[in-house]
Amino acid sequence: MRRAYFKNNWIAALMVAPQLLIIFVFFYWPTSQAVFWSLTFEQPWGGGNEWAGLHHFRELLTDDLYWQSVRVSFVYAAGTTIIGMGLALILALFVDRQLRGYRQYRVGMIWPYAVAAPAIGLAFRYIFNPDAGIMNYVNQVWDGIWDPILTGWHAMAMIIFAGAWKNIAYNFIFFLAGLQSIPRALVEASAMDGAGVLRRMRDIQLPLLTPTFFFILVINITDSFTDSFGIVDTMTNGGPARATNLMVYKIYVDGFEGQNYSSAAAQSVILMVLVILLTFVQFRYIERRVHYT
Amino acid sequence: MTDATLTTPLAADTTQPTRRKPRRTPGMVENTPWLNIATHAILIMGLLFLLGPMYLVFAASTQTVQEVNAIPPNLGISDQFWVNMHEAWFTRDFQTKFINSFIVAMGVVVGKIVIACITAFGIVFFDHRLRMPIFWCVFITLMLPLEVRIVPTYAVAANALSPFQTLLNWTGITWLLDTIASVEVNLEWNMLNSYTGLILPLIATATGTFLYRQFFLTIPDELVEAAKMDGAGPLRFLKDILVPLSATNMAALATIMFVSGWNQFLWPLLIITDPSYEVVAVELRSLVPNVNTTGGGIPKWNVAMAASLLVMVPPILVVVAMQRWFVRGLISTDK
Repeated sequence: MRRAYFKNNWIAALMVAPQLLIIFVFFYWPTSQAVFWSLTFEQPWGGGNEWAGLHHFRELLTDDLYWQSVRVSFVYAAGTTIIGMGLALILALFVDRQLRGYRQYRVGMIWPYAVAAPAIGLAFRYIFNPDAGIMNYVNQVWDGIWDPILTGWHAMAMIIFAGAWKNIAYNFIFFLAGLQSIPRALVEASAMDGAGVLRRMRDIQLPLLTPTFFFILVINITDSFTDSFGIVDTMTNGGPARATNLMVYKIYVDGFEGQNYSSAAAQSVILMVLVILLTFVQFRYIERRVHYT
Repeated sequence: MTDATLTTPLAADTTQPTRRKPRRTPGMVENTPWLNIATHAILIMGLLFLLGPMYLVFAASTQTVQEVNAIPPNLGISDQFWVNMHEAWFTRDFQTKFINSFIVAMGVVVGKIVIACITAFGIVFFDHRLRMPIFWCVFITLMLPLEVRIVPTYAVAANALSPFQTLLNWTGITWLLDTIASVEVNLEWNMLNSYTGLILPLIATATGTFLYRQFFLTIPDELVEAAKMDGAGPLRFLKDILVPLSATNMAALATIMFVSGWNQFLWPLLIITDPSYEVVAVELRSLVPNVNTTGGGIPKWNVAMAASLLVMVPPILVVVAMQRWFVRGLISTDK
């Protein structure tokens, strides 16, 4: 712990004031408003609000459309997380062998981090379009086998693919950093004991990567719940027939297009609780994080 | 780059100044020719998976509208690249939007760095009882991204002073002022359709503050004592010692914030209705050539792909150029 401090607490107050002000106005206030609105009948654009209790939550939890949205959100979360993490892990393990071209491979895997979600969405909407590009060709060979515009699970597969693609770079950066923080002595010792490359991956590197793995897992799941708007909005608009109507997209549609603020607020609160629960899980694993050095 | 900037053991190894060692120590010295071939094959497949879609986007952006919709598909490079770029740039008024995106991204970068730096300074270098509560207040904001509190945040942006108005109403101060001095308190600050509205809510998180705190905790006490002995006050210490020392930190944070500011989508989509404040990422939304909306016309995928290339390129350049700092910053902020 630090021992040397400055004495002038007025300066300290001035230093922290701007941030406290901003997070009060744009974080704590809206968050508490969301809770308040979810418990009242909120009129669009002000006016009296009447106490509603848990009415909106009851309504949501008995609404099939809401459960459908929860279901597709979990499918999307599972799909993007498994594919995005799996591919990133394999790539990181092999990039970490540091063969020739190591640095070129690394840049090649990192840059997609910079691509905006709507740009990814638009690009994959073109690539997976049944009437243009390569999928058109596939549809010529096998007559009309691919149609994300009309078939729900095709659309879901398409947004999962785009979402996974978006996350690979981020996951890769963390996996590679995790692998490189494993002491070389351990890997070298096992090599001397006669363990081959793949054996070392399985018995040394993967087990020691567990903390990074759990950290990335939670980040990916949280991210797929909160940061999927850009992809859904540019690729499917939640369709066809709500097959890709993810929770965060439904909040937008109900709140801003349907002007149903109370229901959107209640949905936000449920999503918040979900994200907070995930964060607690993450903290548990961060607490347990192994330090190798 | 000094050791003092290394914040976590994880971060340490990615930051080895590779430039000074032109060749990293090779992996293990072992003779595994087949496995090496397999490794390269896997990595090249990975690169194809990541770069392939971008190739298709680029190829489409060089074709004419007939070529891009041709059957069987034409996956080659054609010669219409500049024509499509020209059309995307001018029909969509990308110039204004580029300037706006740039202003927002830089606003987020500068705002976040300044606020993060001074807040962390106030938390780490002063001994007062509120330092831990304040730290937690800020830290908690990491948990809930803007998307999950989007509806009420929008309401706040419509009147940024509404929280204070409500508090004044609750505490009865409005009533008091009204009866005693007959002053009607009506606070209003509309942030819709403004740069402030685009930037401020994006600064209201703890990412940068956390990174700076981690870094400030590694500053040795002796440095503080020496500065005090030389008669430097806190502000002098911040300006002449901490800011120069945190240059690499700043570079990392700047890269992450630039990318995140440039790529913002939902927030500008909501609060901007005036075309002179629109940003590039949102414009992509209206470029979707949906067969249902073109009224039977041929979808202009070539122009849409040219436009999405335009939007993608600036942050990619930033990330590739700043790779070394950015990777380290990313790893130590998200902890």
